[in-house]
Amino acid sequence: MDAVKQFGQYALLMYQGLRSFTEFSTYRKNLFSEFVKIGYESIPIIILTGVFTGAVLTLQTAYQLDTDLYPVTIVGSIVGQSIIIELAAVIGGLVLAGKVGARISTELGTMRVSEQIDALESMGFNSVTFLVVPRVLAGVFMFPVLYIIAATMGVIGGLIAGQLDGILPAAEFMQGARSFFYPEDVVFGIVKSFVFGFVITSISSFKGYYAFGGAEGVGNATTQATVLSCIYVLLSDFALAALLL
Amino acid sequence: MIEVKNLTKSFGDHLIWEDVTFDISDGETLAIIGKSGCGKSVFLKHLNALLYPDSGKIYIDGKDLFNLTYAELRLMRQNFGILFQGGALFDSINTFENIAFPLRYFTNKNEEEIRAEVDEALELVNLKGIGEKGTSELSGGMRKRVGLARAIILKPQYLLYDEPTSGLDPKTSEEINELIVHMADKLDITSIVITHDMHSVLSIAEKVAFLDEQKLSWYGTVQEMKESEHPPLVDFITASEYQI
Ligand SMILES: Nc1ncnc2c1ncn2[C@@H]1O[C@H](COP(=O)(O)OP(=O)(O)O)[C@@H](O)[C@H]1O
Ligand SMILES: [Mg+2]
Repeated sequence: MDAVKQFGQYALLMYQGLRSFTEFSTYRKNLFSEFVKIGYESIPIIILTGVFTGAVLTLQTAYQLDTDLYPVTIVGSIVGQSIIIELAAVIGGLVLAGKVGARISTELGTMRVSEQIDALESMGFNSVTFLVVPRVLAGVFMFPVLYIIAATMGVIGGLIAGQLDGILPAAEFMQGARSFFYPEDVVFGIVKSFVFGFVITSISSFKGYYAFGGAEGVGNATTQATVLSCIYVLLSDFALAALLL
Repeated sequence: MIEVKNLTKSFGDHLIWEDVTFDISDGETLAIIGKSGCGKSVFLKHLNALLYPDSGKIYIDGKDLFNLTYAELRLMRQNFGILFQGGALFDSINTFENIAFPLRYFTNKNEEEIRAEVDEALELVNLKGIGEKGTSELSGGMRKRVGLARAIILKPQYLLYDEPTSGLDPKTSEEINELIVHMADKLDITSIVITHDMHSVLSIAEKVAFLDEQKLSWYGTVQEMKESEHPPLVDFITASEYQI
């Protein structure tokens, strides 16, 4: 029952956001700063995540495959495709569920319990337009960009690990990766990261926006926001795979 | 003119108060008193439709507050200024920008006019020249005064104060009380002050509404309050005098 009520409240919040999303002048400034916070400031962690995912995957693939039976370039193919279809988007999504989700829910939760949201409303602002819309918009725009960075860095990480570990030379890694490179896979990854961007920013906005009960309330909201974000990233990943692959 | 009619509010099955009815006339200063946790802040939020009641109505200048469309409500809210309990300053911008905030979004004033108005508001609350300070550098009393400057910047008709003196030392409380009286005179504002500080009630209010035992327990003028023999009110006043 509570879950149904929560979902209703969430849907209503999204609907309110959708209806007011043409009031661009209200949230223009906030949108720009969210682009920076969600996008630009996530680049370092995304590079790190991408590089290590690619590197580990290369070592494991080489270990699991008996390369006497296959051409060694297959390591590049497997790593490249796995990164592009699945890992860059999902691992990136989970990392950002922590980083971006926690920030949004803490920020909005603090504004709620210190009555800053009431203050906005009482001045005649639509607080949803002002606070939620720019965060969700920045999420759906920036996550695909971050995905592309993560995927590129993943391939580079794999390539470097392959070379350093003496598994296969960089040129052969790239040859393998290129021979199994399909632009549709990139489109799929972009769609996924777009969905993850929406899921994470909307859930954490929702949890923060409706936080109550002081510092403890903000803590609870943030915990729920990050946990739910992770769960829904995994669920939507599965749903999209079932739907689109 | 604000008319509160048969207002009832509960959260889940926790009843806050029921059947609250009284009027607030233009230009008067009303104090709403009651023990901590009796639902004073909840009541204040109803006056601005930040919360909705289970039943009952509030009419503001004849308009049914809880039946306005959201667009109408946003216009209606601009007739109100609210000083929230902790100031509710936006911590992502400095003091000056906090006060300038409503002006930037709701008026077409240029930078020079905005600066002049913010400076005037800061002077009114005795905080000249602190505009560049970040909100975290301000003391509790200063935060409230900045919140007050922001609340009056659009020249509201109604000014609501949530515990304006709580958490302040006696001297600063006194200054805030003087400020409330000054605002009411100078800006010709209808003020509604929530407080549990009897000292403050005596120095600012004309009318008093006492919330107790989940209802409007007593309502009258300050003079009537001093002479009242209504037992819960007498208890409340006696208990507070010990605190002063
Ligand atoms: N959003 C809310 N959800 C549930 N309960 C609330 C909410 N806001 C206030 N309450 C409860 O309503 C009661 C009255 O609170 P409040 O109006 O803040 O008291 P006070 O008179 O001290 O200002 C408290 O018991 C509080 O826990
Ligand atoms: Mg209160």
